[in-house]
Amino acid sequence: MKIPFNYNLRSVLERPASTAFTAVGIGLVVAVFIGMLALANGFRVALARTGSDSNVLVLRKGADAELSSGIDRQTASVIATSPHIAIGTDGKPMMSPEVFVLVPLTRSNVGTDTTQIANVVVRGISEKAWDVRANVVVTDGHKPVSGRAEVCLGAKIAGRFRGANIGEKLRFAGRDWDVVCRFTAGGSAFESEVWGENEQFMPVFRGQVFQSVSFRLKDPAAFEEAKRQIESDKRIQVDAHREAQFYRDQSKVLGSILTILAVLITSIMAVGAIFGAVNTMYAAVSGRTPEIAVLLTLGFHPRSVMACFLVESAIIAAIGGIVGCIMALPINGVVANTINWASFSEIAFSFRVTPGLLLAGFIFAVVMGVLGGFFPARRAAKLPVVQALR
Amino acid sequence: MKFFPLVLANLRRHTLRTILTIISVALALFLFASLQTVTTTIANGANFGSAKRLVTLNATGLTFTLPISYANRMQAVHGVEGVTWANWFGGKYGDGKTFFATFAVDPKSYLEMYPEMIVPPDQKEAFLRDRGAAMVGPKLMDQFGWKLGQNVTMQGTIFPGDWTFTIRAIYKPSDPAIGDNVFMFHYDYFDERVGRIGQAGWYVLRIDNPNNAAQIAKAIDDQFRNSSTPTKTGTEKAFNASFATMWGNVSLLMGTIGLAVVFAILLVTANAMMMGARERTREVAVLKTVGFSDRSLFTLVMVESGFIAITGAILGLGGAKLLYRSTNFNAMGFLPGFDVTTNTLALGATVALLLMVASGVVPALRAARLPVVQALRQVG
Repeated sequence: MKIPFNYNLRSVLERPASTAFTAVGIGLVVAVFIGMLALANGFRVALARTGSDSNVLVLRKGADAELSSGIDRQTASVIATSPHIAIGTDGKPMMSPEVFVLVPLTRSNVGTDTTQIANVVVRGISEKAWDVRANVVVTDGHKPVSGRAEVCLGAKIAGRFRGANIGEKLRFAGRDWDVVCRFTAGGSAFESEVWGENEQFMPVFRGQVFQSVSFRLKDPAAFEEAKRQIESDKRIQVDAHREAQFYRDQSKVLGSILTILAVLITSIMAVGAIFGAVNTMYAAVSGRTPEIAVLLTLGFHPRSVMACFLVESAIIAAIGGIVGCIMALPINGVVANTINWASFSEIAFSFRVTPGLLLAGFIFAVVMGVLGGFFPARRAAKLPVVQALR
Repeated sequence: MKFFPLVLANLRRHTLRTILTIISVALALFLFASLQTVTTTIANGANFGSAKRLVTLNATGLTFTLPISYANRMQAVHGVEGVTWANWFGGKYGDGKTFFATFAVDPKSYLEMYPEMIVPPDQKEAFLRDRGAAMVGPKLMDQFGWKLGQNVTMQGTIFPGDWTFTIRAIYKPSDPAIGDNVFMFHYDYFDERVGRIGQAGWYVLRIDNPNNAAQIAKAIDDQFRNSSTPTKTGTEKAFNASFATMWGNVSLLMGTIGLAVVFAILLVTANAMMMGARERTREVAVLKTVGFSDRSLFTLVMVESGFIAITGAILGLGGAKLLYRSTNFNAMGFLPGFDVTTNTLALGATVALLLMVASGVVPALRAARLPVVQALRQVG
């Protein structure tokens, strides 16, 4: 016969302090678990959404990042003749030769401390970039007008640096730039960038070179053909990357560091928490020896007694899991910023707590509870009745 | 102290439980020390820098270069004792998965500028003489299994092609923040191969008096203000600090997690201690009847929790210190000089002490205040 569930529930509630301690302990482990994975998740999503599968990014041969690439005007015009580039409604190829540089900007929240700078990506784009990059939407203001010293800010840059607000002037490359708009890009890394016209940036930065060329494929399935056609052109020395894949690769290093860190930290914590659960349950078993003996005398099968203690441990852990999820929820959307070593620039991204992650955290808690409850439960089941009653 | 055997007997009552508690305390402190060390390593990198050194960069940003002709003009500025320069090369070796810094440096002046890099005289000589020579940090030698005199070929990411260098010298950093995984080679060789562009990535200057740093920096920047490539000069410390701030709020994150870890384990340990004490109610009553004073019972329980906390601390903190030291861990090259500092150890020990007090005080008080008669009757 099974011991009623109600018995478990009431015995857990009988000792509120001890239940709360263990549950909050497990809850903290779950919260850290969810938090760390949410961070890794947010970072991955930021870079995974940066590229599109229907876009191609062309870099100089051997360059592993936009920063280390260089493409001169002639190469860009050769690429422009590719038959694989989609044609826009105005009859022009949907491509954007881009200038990509890092500029030091001063963080806005630090007063006069000039060491608080970050290297921010400044991307010089062509008019067509707004169409090539389908996920980029201007939310406030108007797009920079060609020929004027105007820039548009990614949503995650706005407000975080000195002069980074619409209507203000942002200073870099020795001159002031009017901030005229703000754009979102579906949470992608573009949101950590400053965009302006490539022809404006070229002379003030590196002279007559672009760093990359992005274009929309006429037929998204024809990437391999486009790659072959462009890379085999004898006049130019370039590599063609699928844009989405390229940015995913850029997230690999930091993304895997974050995940490894999350797994490492939480597994060490989990061992500690399981030990804690073991201790609590052992203490519960030995504290309730007479009670267990009575249960056994009444005719409950030792297996039921064991199940009973496992369920009890799982209940405590489940409470912990819920506590952990509740503790982790507020960090959803909080913006973290760090350096992306693959591009050497600052990237800001949000913690992303997904329902799947919450569920994983909850299951993780229950597993900890069951693991921690196993040996104590077995001891309870094996109690010698006569001795225990005495 | 004569009751020490009693404490030991108590700890051995549930050997498994004691061991589990000690291990969970040890794990918590190990994690705490590791996370704390990430923060201190980043901060240490920010603090590195001789007060006598200035760094000059292109005002536009750190990826932009400066003409090599600036070297002489800087040398001529009053108060400047020495000038050297370097270029970021961005080489990849092997599968390119291990990140390390590669610089093209002006060998002689660079070594003079950084006495923190200790090179045996014969190796230094060999490095200076051979234009295709490289000087490498000991960590890289270990990682790739390189030997002195070996030729190594790197792929340039910024400057395409295969670049082959001969390892002629191994430096030993006397300050951990300088990094033991830097790869350096001759600027001259680099400049020739990229077509004599005559550009330096950044300049490092040595000045005669640290108190004049601000004036000298200003004098240099003023000199180039109206040129095509204006400069930005600051102390080496500020330069390194700006790198540290690029980590963003990583430090805050690590600190928060560290606190959560400690708090979680604190709860769990305190709970185990309290439950352990509860089942001993009868025994405490007996001890009191035998004549133990309230105070000595309080002490007994505190000593017991202290033993657990201190053993856990020694295992966890000592383990962290030894592990990172012996494996020479540096987070794949991102955190050079990763070493648990004395401050971190002290902080960890304080945490252990708090743990002892927090988890011991409730059971200890309960033991001390236990009404004997009632306790005996209840259980008996």
